[in-house]
Amino acid sequence: MRDRYALALGDDALILAQRLGEWVARAPELEEDVALANIALDLLGQARSLLTYAGELEGAGRDEDALAYWRDDRDFRNVLLVELPGGDFAVTMARQLVFAAYQYELYDRLRASTDDTLAAVAGKAVKEVHYHRDHATQWVLRLGDGTDESHRRMAAGLETVWPYVDELFEPFDGADVDPAALREPWQAYVGAVLAEAGLEPPATGQHRTGGRRGLHTEHLGYLLAEMQHLHRSHPGATW
Amino acid sequence: MTSQWPLWEVFVRAKRGLSHIHVGSLHAPDAAMAVRNARDVYTRRGEGVSIWVVPSDQITASSPDEKDAFFDPAGDKVYRHPTFYEVPAEAKHL
Amino acid sequence: MAGTEEREAAFYAIIDADGRIEPRDDMPEAYRRTLVRQIAQHAHSEIIGMQPEGNWISRAPSLRRKAILLAKVQDEAGHGLYLYAAAETLGVSRDQLLELLHARKQKYSSIFNYPTLTWADVGAIGWLVDGAAITNQVPLTRCSYGPYARAMVRICKEESFHQRQGFEALLTLTRGTPAQKAMAQDALDRWWYPSLAMFGPPDTGEQASGGHTEQSMRWGIKRFTNDELRQRFVDMTVPQSQVLGLTIPDPDLRWNEERGHYDFTPPDYDELFRVIKGDGPCNAQRLAHRVAAHEDGAWVREAAAAYAAKKQEVAA
Repeated sequence: MRDRYALALGDDALILAQRLGEWVARAPELEEDVALANIALDLLGQARSLLTYAGELEGAGRDEDALAYWRDDRDFRNVLLVELPGGDFAVTMARQLVFAAYQYELYDRLRASTDDTLAAVAGKAVKEVHYHRDHATQWVLRLGDGTDESHRRMAAGLETVWPYVDELFEPFDGADVDPAALREPWQAYVGAVLAEAGLEPPATGQHRTGGRRGLHTEHLGYLLAEMQHLHRSHPGATW
Repeated sequence: MTSQWPLWEVFVRAKRGLSHIHVGSLHAPDAAMAVRNARDVYTRRGEGVSIWVVPSDQITASSPDEKDAFFDPAGDKVYRHPTFYEVPAEAKHL
Repeated sequence: MAGTEEREAAFYAIIDADGRIEPRDDMPEAYRRTLVRQIAQHAHSEIIGMQPEGNWISRAPSLRRKAILLAKVQDEAGHGLYLYAAAETLGVSRDQLLELLHARKQKYSSIFNYPTLTWADVGAIGWLVDGAAITNQVPLTRCSYGPYARAMVRICKEESFHQRQGFEALLTLTRGTPAQKAMAQDALDRWWYPSLAMFGPPDTGEQASGGHTEQSMRWGIKRFTNDELRQRFVDMTVPQSQVLGLTIPDPDLRWNEERGHYDFTPPDYDELFRVIKGDGPCNAQRLAHRVAAHEDGAWVREAAAAYAAKKQEVAA
């Protein structure tokens, strides 16, 4: 059970790191290239710890690379939110705000897990995602209350990611932290940021879900094809 | 309207007990972003425990044209330095 | 106010004493122009250089390699940033310099106009291109212009991991499967001569008077000739290639006992000039990518500037 949980959290971090990596050499300003790479590196570090642990718990001899490179998309357990294409900077920041605020509440509680490894990963990660949340907050405020164009784009970015919010808080069998318990503090934080930015939480009636069960968007297959092709072209090789 | 963000000077305290030292500069739209950018750009290898950012145009500097008048007069005040004074070797803790 | 001659004498007195020129010091206009050109070109090289390696972040063959590569490409953004800041002390803005780059009025290192076709190219860039860059850059930590020298100190410190990770990545390949080893040799075959060309055209002997070398050395901007640095790089790299078990694609490469250096075939300088002029495999692609990133980000930069202005108005 717990290996599925570690795997799901690890997949979230891995897939989002992969998406953020796409911004490198493409950010709006050099300073932001550096910032986004820092966030991607934090997430990649979390993914490596969590996948390694998931492999140990599973006991079938799979390490972080076996899990990252040799599973097909039906076996990935990340939420759909993290696999969506990056879109423009506003979509990326909308996702960052939503996801970092969720990860913060999650890791903050996971520190108290009876599982020492998960508690240790969470203890380190909570500081990282606190910064990610702050970074996204700063940008949502500036884009929401910047120019007409940035306000319009930021609102559109929220529209894009909002149907994928509910999935974060769905029940997960074997979870150390009940996802449903994260909703209220998440709502309080994100709601306050949007209010200050002059933005409304989108009134979407849509709820996309399935990632935790391996039912993904079409986007994930392409992401994995790119990520995995070299590793899979040389089975058994060391890099 | 120009969208070039202003320049900021960055000062980092490497560890407790040391002064903030100038490490470089960066561009940021405002102070809140400047201090965050400084964290990402100048402390990503654990180089600091505290950061100051100052708008570059807020620094008042001494003028290089006046440097002789400014700094040369301090050059001959040897009596400001402890080595100027001779004391017997048996006088300790001076 | 001192006269022109007197000020020039003061400048050369500092240069001759191996001192450092600082931003608000008097300096000859040609010295300032040369520095702006060189620092800008260096900064542009760092940020364009993010592309060929960034090309492999999404496909890195292990999560460890992905993290290393991401950190390295991130460093390059940081290095570009330090260098633009050094250039800004000379009275030009980053925006102006980027405009010149985008309009093809300033150059960047021609090496980044070659494509990274396989994973081994990432290793080869770290080993050869960063190796050549470090050979060029270490003397620049003693450059006569203070802000440039200080930026180079920081950059050289951070770059020390870049070359090592490249060498390690290649070593892993050469000790791996036959396919991996072939990939490594192919990368060396393609990157060797472009790396030698990174030091610039010949500038000693008969060619000594053509370029900027003599003047730059007089100003303490340049400490060694292109040819000296190229030789130093070859002497350093050949033994490393033997550790890797790879063959440098030069049949005339051999140790010259008399000179105490390796003899080697020079790169094709006509090709170098062609690539510098824009006719390389990736010139158009690299520049288009850079311009697109800049243009796509304009609304974000404007939004942040507008937000800051609004907040300032409220505070006032």
